[in-house]
Order: sequence, then structure tokens, then C-alpha cells
Amino acid sequence: MEDKLIIRGIEFKSRLWVGTGKYKDFEETKKAIEASGTDVVTVAVRRVNIFDKNSPNLLDYIDPKRYKILPNTAGCYTVEEALRYARLAREAGISDMIKLEVIGDEKTLFPDVCGLIKATEILAKEGFIVFPYTNDDPVTAKRLEDAGAAAVMPLGAPIGSGLGIRNPYNIKIILETVKVPVIVDAGVGTASDAAIAMELGCDAVLINTGIAQAKDPIKMATAMKHAVIAGRLAYLAGRIPKKLYATASSPLEGMLI
Amino acid sequence: MKIVLNGQDFEIEKELTIQELLERLSIRPERVAVEVNLEVIKKTLFHEHILKDGDRVEIVNFVGGGQNGRQAHYKGY
Repeated sequence: MEDKLIIRGIEFKSRLWVGTGKYKDFEETKKAIEASGTDVVTVAVRRVNIFDKNSPNLLDYIDPKRYKILPNTAGCYTVEEALRYARLAREAGISDMIKLEVIGDEKTLFPDVCGLIKATEILAKEGFIVFPYTNDDPVTAKRLEDAGAAAVMPLGAPIGSGLGIRNPYNIKIILETVKVPVIVDAGVGTASDAAIAMELGCDAVLINTGIAQAKDPIKMATAMKHAVIAGRLAYLAGRIPKKLYATASSPLEGMLI
Repeated sequence: MKIVLNGQDFEIEKELTIQELLERLSIRPERVAVEVNLEVIKKTLFHEHILKDGDRVEIVNFVGGGQNGRQAHYKGY
């Protein structure tokens, strides 16, 4: 049986989703995204540079026919701001998908979960396919699902921190709590972090800083691609239980005693 | 007459539609979204929506971004 990720009828070929921020230039962005093997990239919504018409456009490098464009509401601190950005993104874009962020604190960039639930509910009613960036809290995840989220995106660790999956037990509980897909968003610093998220049973991982700020982003994109595939396969294969003592793997029968 | 375009004063000599404004700025409409006085204008209405004196117009597009929040005041630990 083929292992497909389908969310609201949209088929995602890759379980690694990639952000397009913090790269050196668009050329590097393009190469890293190609190396990652992803088919979904996140983008931000910002003012057009009206007075410098020669400035390059991201979509000249990232072909929307080849990649699913997932706009975010990054930088929004209130429900109203997030709704405004989401509605603009839908009009600028080609799909109803929105990665919803309502940030609650500047220092940690942790989400404002009250605002997030409210914004999810409003946007879901307006027909958006909402992917909320949330805490690793199972109760919030359930509330978001009830509010109409298409998937939930709990953080592994703070955005850009590279601290990995700080609370794998909570992620596991979230996976048992909600029926919608669970996509780890934020905190993945290296390949093993991505593999851990997938081994837990997450449906996908979204990475930006972990790739973009690596010394060699293109090589790291390749590493993340393999880590996500390996982690997913390990999850599907079913790991052995952890035991305190050894269990021999060679037979005792036929030994020269 | 004057409009506020992406936060800056912008002179236009006569009433323009959004379509005409975008043409004047050499901006391809398919990749942008336009908001006038906080209301998103559908692309299908660009050719008929006429801008008025004092309108606050925002033209946005997609830029590189992942999960980066705005940290305008935060200066680090």
C-alpha cells in the first residue's frame, strides 16, 4: 500500500515541508528546495517593493506549478492582523491554504493560543485550509481540531532555536488526541531531530532555519530529506520495545559445549 | 490627488483603477494582492475599482519566509 499524505483532498508527495526564509539569496533557496525533494514551500506576505522594480521575485525561482505554495501569517501578533494577512494571501495566491501564526511573545515566539483558536475558527468558516502553528500542548491541539484546523503544527522547540523535539511525549499524546494530521513545525536543528519527529508518527515536518542557516544549506536539505524518509519508514516498520537487559540475537543451539 | 501607497504618499494626476495603477508601476497583477482601506479587492475587480483621493492602498506579494515571527523590539538575550 502506498504511503500518501492527503490533507483535505490535496496530495503531498513529500513529508518534508520547507520554509523559504533566511537563505543567502534566491539561487540558494532554489537549490536547497530542489535538494530537499519537497513539494510544499512556505512563504510570507509582504509589501511589494514599488520603488525598486528590478528587485527579484521569489516566484521567479520557486515555480508555483511545481511547488504548493503555503503562505503564512508570520509576524502577526493579533487575530485581526492574522486574518488580514490570510485574506491577502488567498487573493495573491492560488490556494486556500494558510499556515496560521498568531504570535504571543516576541522573545520566545510562542503562539498566542487563545488568538490562534479564534483565528482558526474564523478562517475555517471562510473556507480556508488552516494549518495552525501551535504549542506542543494536546489540549490546544484538540481545540484547534474542533475549530476546523486541517492539521495541527506543534512546535518541537522555539522557532529558529534548533533545540530539536523537546517534548516527544507531548507530541505522542497529540498524535493520540487528534484525528487530523500532525506536522512538527519549528525547532528541528539537524537530521536526527527530523527523524525523531517522524519516528513518533508525525505526518510531516516543516523546516526552515535548520536548513537555511546550516553551513551548507543544500547538503543539509539532502540530509533532512533522507532523515524524514528514514524516520517515516522506521515508524511504519514498528520499532522493537526498549528493554533494560540484553537479549541474545544468535541461537544457543549448536554451540560447542 | 494623493493616495497612500504601501505606507508612502503617492501622487496620481487623475483617477485610476487598480489595474491602471499596477500597469503604471509595472506590477503583474497575478502575483499580488491589493487592499484598499483595509479591504481586500478581488482580482476580478481590479479593472473597475477606481482609487479615490486619500485612499490607503497596500500591494503585497510573497517573499521568502518560514516560521519567522516579527521581532521588532526584541534585541536578543
